[in-house]
Amino acid sequence: MLNFFGRNQSRDVAKNRLRNVLAHDRADTSPEFMEHLREDVMRIVSEYVEVGGQGVDLHLQSVEDHVALVANIPVKQLRRRGRSGNN
Amino acid sequence: MGEVIVITSGKGGVGKTTTTANLGVALAQLGLKTCLVDADIGLRNLDVVLGLENRIVYDLVDVVEGFCRLRQALIRDKRLEGLSLLPAAQTKDKTSVTPEQMRGVTEELRAEFDYVLVDSPAGIEQGFKNAIAGADHALIVATPEVASVRDADRIIGLLEAAEIPPARLIVNRLRPGMVRKGDMMSVDDIVDILAIDLIGVVPEDEQIVVTTNRGEPAALSQGSRAGEAYRAVARRIRGEEVPFAEFGEPAGLFGRLRRMFGQA
Repeated sequence: MLNFFGRNQSRDVAKNRLRNVLAHDRADTSPEFMEHLREDVMRIVSEYVEVGGQGVDLHLQSVEDHVALVANIPVKQLRRRGRSGNN
Repeated sequence: MGEVIVITSGKGGVGKTTTTANLGVALAQLGLKTCLVDADIGLRNLDVVLGLENRIVYDLVDVVEGFCRLRQALIRDKRLEGLSLLPAAQTKDKTSVTPEQMRGVTEELRAEFDYVLVDSPAGIEQGFKNAIAGADHALIVATPEVASVRDADRIIGLLEAAEIPPARLIVNRLRPGMVRKGDMMSVDDIVDILAIDLIGVVPEDEQIVVTTNRGEPAALSQGSRAGEAYRAVARRIRGEEVPFAEFGEPAGLFGRLRRMFGQA
């Protein structure tokens, strides 16, 4: 919400900054969290693509005013039909 | 068998000791035998907030080192039947007590009291580990500020790791006027971010300064908004359903107009 002078209310700024900092804090203080997330993402992704190499990179990144979950997964080739195809 | 509750926050200066003192008073007023334990060894404070600083003979470290029996170290509050304090040592440091010893002390106390409230030191080191060692539950005190809420989140994670059941939140020093103007996070904002249950909202209240000056916790007498809020928390600890007072959720133009004309 904007105030009279068109600035963001400091309450909203505080909330947003907290969400961002806590995303990083929670990921940093619990290494298993990112590991489990990586395993689950890879399990689903491999139903659709054949993953090439070992260089799977998954991390949180602050982008302007929000946090992004960034994945870089090298693809060898797409599977023909995806989940149900099993090929 | 009584219940052991640790009062903690991570960040210092958010009102842990004031909260512990007032909840102790409010629980004792409900007729519940309550013992307050100051786990902040080396920085003893709960005694002065309660106004019991002149009556200390033995302390927590004397008990664990076997210089006295637990009963001898307890100070009974003469103003209020059922309220006792186990003071911290002022001249020792946090390593003088181990989590196992702390658990032993709280186990002994829970046989005598309905509630044992442990006032945790700030931080996440040894003193904090001691304070949570014997606890069945935790209350987290947080003020509506970024640093306090961040530290509270870290503490919630550590309590989970220690397998203490989900902590409940006390939002302290809320300024409803600032929340209405959009200059302070609301209770809902904080609950939303921390994702834990709320057990109390204590408004900022100058009476806390005055009553702490005198060593007479606000909850001892009527007429303080913060004291009133602490009494509500005490009843919720006991398991009563007590409705939360409304504090400063933005009410939109209509609400503002109503307030302007004195109808809200």
